[in-house]
Amino acid sequence: MNHPICVDARNSFCPGPLMELIAAMKLAQIGDELEVLSTDQGSAHDIPEWIHKVGHELIDTHEENGVYHIRVRKKK
Amino acid sequence: MKKIIIVGGGTGGTILANNLARRLAPEIASGAARVTLLTASDKHMYQPGLLYVAFGRMAANELYRDLRSLLEPGIVLHVDPVQSFDLDNNRLQTESGTTHDYDYLVICTGSRPNPESIPGLAENANHVYTLEAAEKTFSSLQAFTGGRVVVTTGVPHKCPMVPLELTFMMHDYFRDRGILDQVEFFYTYPIGRLHSLENVGKWAQKEFDRLGVNYETLFNLKQVDGDKGQIHSEEGSVLDYDLLVSIPPHTGMPLILDNALGAGGWIPTNPATLQMEGRENVFVLGDTTNIPISKAGSTAHYEAETLGENLSSLIRYGTLASLYSGKVFCFIEAGKDRATYASFDYKHPPQPQPPTQMIHWFKLAYNKLYWNSVRGLL
Repeated sequence: MNHPICVDARNSFCPGPLMELIAAMKLAQIGDELEVLSTDQGSAHDIPEWIHKVGHELIDTHEENGVYHIRVRKKK
Repeated sequence: MKKIIIVGGGTGGTILANNLARRLAPEIASGAARVTLLTASDKHMYQPGLLYVAFGRMAANELYRDLRSLLEPGIVLHVDPVQSFDLDNNRLQTESGTTHDYDYLVICTGSRPNPESIPGLAENANHVYTLEAAEKTFSSLQAFTGGRVVVTTGVPHKCPMVPLELTFMMHDYFRDRGILDQVEFFYTYPIGRLHSLENVGKWAQKEFDRLGVNYETLFNLKQVDGDKGQIHSEEGSVLDYDLLVSIPPHTGMPLILDNALGAGGWIPTNPATLQMEGRENVFVLGDTTNIPISKAGSTAHYEAETLGENLSSLIRYGTLASLYSGKVFCFIEAGKDRATYASFDYKHPPQPQPPTQMIHWFKLAYNKLYWNSVRGLL
C-alpha cells in the first residue's frame, strides 16, 4: 500500500490548510490518498465540508497532540 | 574560497545577495568568499506595481531598474540562466554552457501565473500578474460600461491580498467614473471564507456587505465559457459574467520542474532553516519553497534576512545562526485611498486594523522605497 501524500500545513495561517490541500489535489492523480496535517481547529470542519461539496472522499479525521490529521481520497 | 551561488534575481535573491555582500565584505575583499548571482534577466521588476498599472496609476517604466544598479559592487552577476543542477556534486550548468561549482546554493527562481491550466481562462479573463496582462486589464476597465464583474481566485497564487485589493480598487474606480450603480460585483474564493487569513476574511466580509459586493465561497474555477460569458466551478456552480477578473493559479518555474526538484515546481523546504529537504548546503527562498506560507515579496524579504545571517555564519563559524519565524507583512489596499495591513508569523495570526488614508500613503511611499528595500537598506 502506498503512503498517502502528506500535506503538512501545520502553523499555516496563509494560505492555510484547505488552500494547501486544494493545491495538492491539483497535482495528485485520481485515486490518490492525501493526509493533511493541521494545527488549525477550523480545518477539521472546513476540509470535510469542501471534500463533500466537491465530491472527493473523506477517509478519516482525528486529532493527535494538537495536530489534526485529515485523510482524503481524490475522486475526480 | 567559499562560494555562494544564488539562482534568481527577484526580490529574495537580490536582497540576499546584497545582505551577504555587506556581511561578508571582509571575506569578499580578501578572496575568502564569493557571492555569485545567476539570473535570467538584466532587469529587476517591482511586481506589486502591476496592481497600480491596471488602474492607470503607475507606468511600466516605474516598475523596472537595471539589476546591476541595485547590487553591491562585490557581487558577481551573470545574466545566464541555470539549465541544470548536479546537487550531489555541488555544481550547476547555465544555458551558455558554463559550469559553476559552489559550497552553498540558494534557489529562488520564483513562480509564474499559469492561466493556461484552466480551460478558457487565458482567453477570457483579465489579471495583473504580468505587465502585458496588467495593461490589458487597464484597457478592459476603461472600456467597461456596466454589468457584472466576477472575481475568481486560483490556487496556489502569488500575493494573497490581490483578490481583495482588486475588488476594492475596482469599486472605487467605477464609483469615480460614475457608473457604480450599473456595476454588480461578485467575488468568489476557493475556501469557506473571503480570505485565507481568518481575521482578514472577517474584516473583508463586513466591508463587502457595506459596499454591496456579493460573494460565493468554496468556489474553485474549473473552466470559463467565453461564448456564453459563464464560469463553472469544481463544486458545480455556474456564474454569468460581463467582465472576468482572475487571480490565475501559479506554478513553479520550468527549471525546477525540468530538474525534478519538487512537485508543481515547489521545492520541499524546511520551514525554519530554509534548507532544501535532504540537502544541508542547498537553501530555498521565496515562492520557490513548498512551505505553507504566503507567496509574496514580503515573505522572500524576511526569509532572505534569515538566510543572510545563516550563510555568513556558516562561512565564519560553520553553524546556522537563526531560524525563520514565518514573518510576513502585507499591505492591503482597501480602495483607491485607504489601506490596512496584515502582519503575522507561524505562531501569531494577524489582527487587521480599520483602513486609513495614512497607511495608503505609506504604501504609496513604499512603492518608491522598494528600491532601497531591495538593496538591503530598509
